[in-house]
Amino acid sequence: MSESSPAQPILTVRGLTGRIAGQLVVEDVSFDVAATGVTALLGRNGVGKTSTIRSILGLIDRTGEMSLAGTRIDRLPTHRIVQLGVGYVPEDREVFGGLTVAENLRLAERDRSPRRDEVRRLFPDLHDRRDQRAGTLSGGQQQMVSLGRALVNENRLLLVDEPTKGLAPKIVDEVAVALAEAAKTVPILLVEQNLAVIRALAHRAVVLSGGRVVYDGEASDLLDDEAMLRRHLGVHDAGEAA
Amino acid sequence: MDTVVLLLVTGLGLGALYFLVASGLSLIYGLMGVLNFAHGSFLTISAFLGWEVGRRVSDGTWLGLGLSALVGVAVGAIVAAATEFLIIRRLYERHIEQALVTVGLSLASVALFEGIWGTDPIYTERPDWLTETTTVLGARIPNDRFLLIACAVLVLGGIVLFLHRTRYGLIIRAGVENRHMVTALGIDVRRAFTLVFAIGGAAAGLGGVLASVYYGYVSAHLGSVLLIFAFIVTVIGGLGSLTGAAIASVLVAVLQQFANFYLAGTGDFVVVVALAAVLLVRPRGLLGRTT
Repeated sequence: MSESSPAQPILTVRGLTGRIAGQLVVEDVSFDVAATGVTALLGRNGVGKTSTIRSILGLIDRTGEMSLAGTRIDRLPTHRIVQLGVGYVPEDREVFGGLTVAENLRLAERDRSPRRDEVRRLFPDLHDRRDQRAGTLSGGQQQMVSLGRALVNENRLLLVDEPTKGLAPKIVDEVAVALAEAAKTVPILLVEQNLAVIRALAHRAVVLSGGRVVYDGEASDLLDDEAMLRRHLGVHDAGEAA
Repeated sequence: MDTVVLLLVTGLGLGALYFLVASGLSLIYGLMGVLNFAHGSFLTISAFLGWEVGRRVSDGTWLGLGLSALVGVAVGAIVAAATEFLIIRRLYERHIEQALVTVGLSLASVALFEGIWGTDPIYTERPDWLTETTTVLGARIPNDRFLLIACAVLVLGGIVLFLHRTRYGLIIRAGVENRHMVTALGIDVRRAFTLVFAIGGAAAGLGGVLASVYYGYVSAHLGSVLLIFAFIVTVIGGLGSLTGAAIASVLVAVLQQFANFYLAGTGDFVVVVALAAVLLVRPRGLLGRTT
């Protein structure tokens, strides 16, 4: 089932185990994130995809070995991991609602030369709403703030968690375009339920089931295999995963 | 009319003291979720050391009081930052341990202060103007109330400016909303924790020196007395809300003064009733966040 990555992976995860309040949420997970393109992290609801991302970042208690471009990160605190060049787009946006759009973006700037023009080009609406409190934005606009916060820096890896969740189809397309644009320059580990988006973006796929990896290979092989989709994701075609 | 004005201004002065203590409590809780029972100790040590320096340099003068205030601010900031760095930092997310440690620190520090400065209040000298009164709308207002109100307004303005005009202020405002997300943006939020403790300690330190002006004495229990009302103010205003703390400080202190005068000295009781009412009707306080 497992295949080797085409190039040296940007992120290697070995034996990752995560706990929330002592409860096991990720169990002995191992996979690689390719150095280019989009690697999709898939699985049914509640299988531990978000917990895996949060474990990688150290946002929940975890054990295991993880390396970012050869540098061990499993003993580093979250802010140090991010400073190494990891951009994070969390599930449910997690924008700072009491801060303006501009303040949300400014807070996220790590680099000496933040890529403000790039963010403005990708999300022109954000510039027009820069003085608006982020909490008053629509879900789609908040997602753009969340993506903008990650894309305003030069990253070595993006961790993107369900970026199209709850968004209107038009906004889903905009988000997918922004991610495709970003993926030209930075590898992405993408948690996503929308298989159409996965099909459009992902080259590789890692599937979790029962907290463990049950598939690690080409995304197209998975998406073209209905039996596998049904078994691992509970879907019958390229619609939404269960 | 003159009685109402006197009660109102005296309430504002007392509210200013409450705010100086409550502002730090509220910011610390908002950012870190720490209920800091040791906050009164920051106030007391600052009051004592401020008084010690002030009286040695120039007792009962504006110079002495100014030096006391500077020393109080510095001591409050340093002691608070040290407390965060050496003790609280090891106990984040462990709320019961935090409460136990800060309560213990508070009790131990009162015993220490009593050991050094005695159990009786030490009466302080003040500049003459502060012992006089000014007539406003027929009411003879003790001048120290004006000093307290002016200082609290300056502190409020200073903190608001800091929060809205500096990067650390931005980090703190964001951290009050969601500190995990702040760290996930690559920011070492622990520095902001120390800074918030220092700012809260500095405000409490100034509050300690001003409390010695308001009450006319320093004592080992100065901080403990004010801390109770500062906690009430913080809860009524909404934990984590600086503006809520400012509004609640004024409301609580004015209510207390009026109840003391018109309801046979029941000010403290009425404040506790007000706290219970707020908790029942609006548990998140006046301006607290919904959770």
